[in-house]
Amino acid sequence: MLIIDTELCIGCGVCESSCPFGVIAVVDGWAVVGDGCTLCGTCVDGCDPGAISIEGAGKDTAPLDLASWSGVWVYGEFRRGALAPVSLELLGIGRKLADIRNVPLSAVLIGSRTGEAARQLIAHGADTVYRIDDPALAHFTDEAYGAILTSLIRQHKPEIVLAGATAIGRSFIPGVATTLGAGLTADCTQLAIRDEDGALLQTRPAFGGNIMATIVCPNTRPQMSTVRPKVMQALAFDGERQGMIVEVKPTAAQLVTRVRVIESVVSEQDNVNIQEADILVAGGRGLDSAQGFTLMRELAASLGGAVAATRAVVDAGWISYPHQVGQTGKTVAPKLYIACGISGAVQHVAGMQSAETIVAINRDKNAPIFDVADFGLVGDLFEIVPKLLRQIEERRKS
Amino acid sequence: MKIIVCIKQVPDAKDVRLDPKTNTLAREGVQSIMNPYDQHAVEEAVRLKELLGGEVTVLSMGPPQAEEVLRQAISCGADHAVLVSDRAFAGADTWATSYTLAKAVNVIGSFDLLLCGKQAIDGDTAQVGPGLAMRLQIPYVTCVQKVRQATDSGLILERMMDDGYDVLAVDFPALLTVVKDINEPRVPSLKGKMRAKKVEIRRLSAADIGADPACIGLPGSPTQVVKVFPPEARCKRAVFTGDLDEQIGQLVDSLQPYL
Ligand SMILES: Cc1cc2nc3c(=O)[nH]c(=O)nc-3n(C[C@H](O)[C@H](O)[C@H](O)COP(=O)(O)OP(=O)(O)OC[C@H]3O[C@@H](n4cnc5c(N)ncnc54)[C@H](O)[C@@H]3O)c2cc1C
Ligand SMILES: Nc1ncnc2c1ncn2[C@@H]1O[C@H](COP(=O)(O)O)[C@@H](O)[C@H]1O
Repeated sequence: MLIIDTELCIGCGVCESSCPFGVIAVVDGWAVVGDGCTLCGTCVDGCDPGAISIEGAGKDTAPLDLASWSGVWVYGEFRRGALAPVSLELLGIGRKLADIRNVPLSAVLIGSRTGEAARQLIAHGADTVYRIDDPALAHFTDEAYGAILTSLIRQHKPEIVLAGATAIGRSFIPGVATTLGAGLTADCTQLAIRDEDGALLQTRPAFGGNIMATIVCPNTRPQMSTVRPKVMQALAFDGERQGMIVEVKPTAAQLVTRVRVIESVVSEQDNVNIQEADILVAGGRGLDSAQGFTLMRELAASLGGAVAATRAVVDAGWISYPHQVGQTGKTVAPKLYIACGISGAVQHVAGMQSAETIVAINRDKNAPIFDVADFGLVGDLFEIVPKLLRQIEERRKS
Repeated sequence: MKIIVCIKQVPDAKDVRLDPKTNTLAREGVQSIMNPYDQHAVEEAVRLKELLGGEVTVLSMGPPQAEEVLRQAISCGADHAVLVSDRAFAGADTWATSYTLAKAVNVIGSFDLLLCGKQAIDGDTAQVGPGLAMRLQIPYVTCVQKVRQATDSGLILERMMDDGYDVLAVDFPALLTVVKDINEPRVPSLKGKMRAKKVEIRRLSAADIGADPACIGLPGSPTQVVKVFPPEARCKRAVFTGDLDEQIGQLVDSLQPYL
């Protein structure tokens, strides 16, 4: 709870104006906290008289032996015969964190017929790979994958565990963290080590990207994060890198799952994994009809990208839901995002504003999409996109 | 069929804006809404009830005004509403939230199915559903995009994956989190609205659910926010000059690194 010492409070209102959630007000000369306080601590830091404190904060709830936890782990996501690119990106940042902490970097590989994947994890930075390769693990299930990872973590006690913020990572990692009583920060975009105590500083967007929050797990281990695809940098493949592969046999109990996989269907239409695409060509209601997406696919094909969409056109049935970007769709961070006929509603922007470069094509020069765009073209997309395609082709030829 | 749906009240995204001068969230006129994904969870629960019989209870942890979203769910066809509310829950992260909700579910009693939204749009964590299932020791399926078949004993589901979808079978009791594609929520009926006004909302405090003070609110949260700050501002938009062809040419120049 937030405690205001009325003896010390001078009613200056600094807390009122600095509260990110707008729940503090100065009433009758001192600060009063309303409902909705998230105990983020901004007011505590800003209060010069020191009148605000958080009850319960910093209290040693679990006198856990933190020092006995050591090493950085990355979950190496393996599906349909390949590693998810985000796992290699995590080895990149994992390597940095491990080097700062002066500890080894390990990867956990769970699946069936994983082939060269363990070698690949080593070539991208892992010192050790724990490989659990079993025919019963051919399909992802939360229970089996979760039970195996939980037991490995209990046994080896890593201080940090990172996984991709993918459909799989965001599904089973929360279960693992709950069982371990560990803190888990979702969808991180930055990771760093705090100098003073070696804690993992996990930074992530909140409120649709309107604020950034840095989170630590002071009293629990491991410190766990899921990390967005495309925000970390993978190390180059180095076939000479040496590492150890440790084979782990799952127990029969670990393989029991109450959810049965009947089939696993790959979407044959387009590439729906828009979170892994470097370039996205996104279409909105300005495309006029489902037909308009033909143009989007052409541009995407020319750039080697994938096609994304707004909710409005998904709801209209022009393209399927996995392509939807935004608050009730996917969050993407491609290198290039080309928004065509998209107004730029906050719910859409929330899902794409961390793209490296944003291009907007819209005939309404006042469309809010231009506020987040790096490059904007005002005009009819049916005129602009074909011209853009042609100029790109010409540029490539010359 | 006894179904419990967990719903959260969240600030409406279109109102949540950073004040460029003070770098804080502008607070004027911030409306609260039912988390959009949870509306789909309520709808799915009501549809399953209509198909298989039974009752739907909606459950929320939050401040007293979260009653609003519970009433909204009643107007859309839910039967009972429970609000777990206590100052001691403030500052709860997803670990403490799933603990609190699990305790509340145990007070509500037996159930066949628990439904959650995929994620809450304020924090976007998607962790409470799986956490809740682990605490109740029941199987869970996240990101359900379709219920293909429902019987008294279990469900056949489609769960959205990054590259397509998986078809899964699960028996009750189980927990699902749902995505927007699963259904189109109905508008409240007049009868529903009347009921929503009158319905009695059961209130549970930390003591009522027998919560361990060390597991709730801020003290019970393994994660702690140490800093909030505005995102890096995007650089100003480049202005192209000339006719459309020239502008497109300049755009292609600028996009050179990506070609
Ligand atoms: C709870 C909630 C959640 C939501 N979640 C999402 C979400 O996840 N993702 C999402 O995208 N939206 C979401 N929305 C919807 C969002 O508010 C907008 O309605 C939606 O993004 C608008 O889509 P649009 O830009 O395609 O359509 P519009 O807003 O209709 O914009 C179309 C644009 O195309 C331009 N245009 C038209 N014709 C042409 C042309 N020939 N050439 C060039 N430009 C043209 C117009 O000037 C206009 O700016 C959500 C809304 C709510 C309430
Ligand atoms: N305070 C809460 N009360 C009730 N349900 C909640 C609460 N917080 C989260 N949930 C449920 O958990 C889902 C995921 O939330 P989150 O993990 O916060 O993204 C939501 O869609 C709700 O169904």
